[in-house]
Amino acid sequence: MKQFLELDGVDLIYHSASGETPALKNVSLYVKKKEFVAVLGPSGCGKTTILSLIAGLLKPTCGRVLLNGQPAGEQKNHFGYMFQRDHLFSWRTIRQNVLLGLEVRGTKTKQNLEYAEALLNKYELWDFKDKYPSELSGGMKQRVALIRTLVLQPGILLLDEPFSALDYQTRQNVCNDVSRIISEEQKTAVLVTHDLAEAISMADRVIVLTARPGTVKAEFKIELSGEGSPFMRRRSPKFNGYFEAIWKELETNDK
Amino acid sequence: MTNEHKKFLQMVKKKNAEVRLAQIGILVAFVGIWELAARTELIDTFITSSPTRIVNTIVMLFESGQLFEHMGITLLEACLGFVIATMLGSIIAIVLWWSQTLRRILDPYVVVLNSLPKIALGPLIIIWIGAGLQSIVMICVLILIIITVISMLNAFLECDRDKIQLMKSMGANKWQILTKLVLPSSIPAFISVLKINVGMSWVGVIIGEYLVSRAGLGYLIVYGSAVFKLDLVMTSTILLCILAGGMYLLVAWFEAWVKKRRK
Ligand SMILES: Nc1ncnc2c1ncn2[C@@H]1O[C@H](COP(=O)(O)OP(=O)(O)OP(=O)(O)O)[C@@H](O)[C@H]1O
Ligand SMILES: [Mg+2]
Repeated sequence: MKQFLELDGVDLIYHSASGETPALKNVSLYVKKKEFVAVLGPSGCGKTTILSLIAGLLKPTCGRVLLNGQPAGEQKNHFGYMFQRDHLFSWRTIRQNVLLGLEVRGTKTKQNLEYAEALLNKYELWDFKDKYPSELSGGMKQRVALIRTLVLQPGILLLDEPFSALDYQTRQNVCNDVSRIISEEQKTAVLVTHDLAEAISMADRVIVLTARPGTVKAEFKIELSGEGSPFMRRRSPKFNGYFEAIWKELETNDK
Repeated sequence: MTNEHKKFLQMVKKKNAEVRLAQIGILVAFVGIWELAARTELIDTFITSSPTRIVNTIVMLFESGQLFEHMGITLLEACLGFVIATMLGSIIAIVLWWSQTLRRILDPYVVVLNSLPKIALGPLIIIWIGAGLQSIVMICVLILIIITVISMLNAFLECDRDKIQLMKSMGANKWQILTKLVLPSSIPAFISVLKINVGMSWVGVIIGEYLVSRAGLGYLIVYGSAVFKLDLVMTSTILLCILAGGMYLLVAWFEAWVKKRRK
């Protein structure tokens, strides 16, 4: 069956002067429309690599990456990529940072500008629009980075451990925010993380990878969407069941 | 504002005033002792000159209309050398950033040119393009340009790879990556290049003037020492200090202005 987004037998080998590093081996996975998929795996197993492949920043050594049955690399505009760090430009104000993508694509239309302003307003950053990134807290910067991605109205969000740089409390809050924004804006999302609880509390499905070279090891369907925010989901009795099952899977991963 | 903070600010102000006072004090003391030693014939003014004799020389130069002529020429040469080398060097760095192949091909040449003492080319340049302003500016440019290229290229290449990936994920082309990311993120490096060049351009110009010129402060120094008019040598040196200091201040102002804009 044709899937919305699909990786089909993907290998990726990094080549450098000092040798070659196989990062991914025979990765096959799919994402349905409006689904939230989390990819879970130990550090260095190739999570970022998977997202770079989907976003078309890397070409697979072997295998195919398809969006709607067509090579995804030719449909870059469908993806919104949020990196591990916020990567705001220190010389641009918050507003200018948010508008970066529109400038690049030459789509600074009145409508898009209004949308950007609406997002800034909605996520409580309006008062900071003329400030520089250095004047914002880590959590706020992460929200700005998310808005910078959303402004381009991507169909699919690619999130690379977007919360790993935050302290615990902020992390929960931003996690709630992001999760709310994604469900409100009805986006398809792929989140990669090494945080088990985060994956379970946000995703509809969790895909577990082995250590490098990463390959799909197991898959868990998470049925917690009735519970509400990630914060509420963490409190659900079913949460612990998923947690233990995936934990076991990760442990056998180590051997 | 709390009292505590007021006290703190007062202390900062006081400290600043003290530093400024000491700086002026050193200058006054130096000039004073020099003059005193000259008047009491502790030192031979024929060799060391003295503040009064320097002032007299300046007045004399001014009255004969030579003061601004010589200062003007040297200033013009230094500014030309500085601007041409900085701009051309940055443009070359951009081209080398753009093309990795070109960068790799030219790498050994850049290394050799960098280690070559550029003054050695002076006589050749004078023969090729003729003695005069053009060859002095040329020597100055040669001295500055290689280091400008190397510093700017390094700054461009140090640009965060993930930020480049971010731009690419938005669909940016190479030109957009250059203008929206690489150039703005290299502004601090550009400012330090400016600061180095502003000093080095005077080195270049004075060397050039030693080699060829008929006018300028470097020429006055050479001429003064040839006819043993040490007053003239000292005066020219001091005028040079003032010009170079002024130009450095301009760059420092520019830096402060940029910093204020970027926070
Ligand atoms: N440009 C590159 N050249 C060579 N090897 C690379 C490159 N990028 C990544 N790698 C290697 O590929 C492997 C997977 O990298 P990747 O960044 O995808 O891991 P990750 O799962 O995102 O790790 P982390 O959790 O630390 O972010 C790592 O072992 C890394 O050393
Ligand atoms: Mg990563």
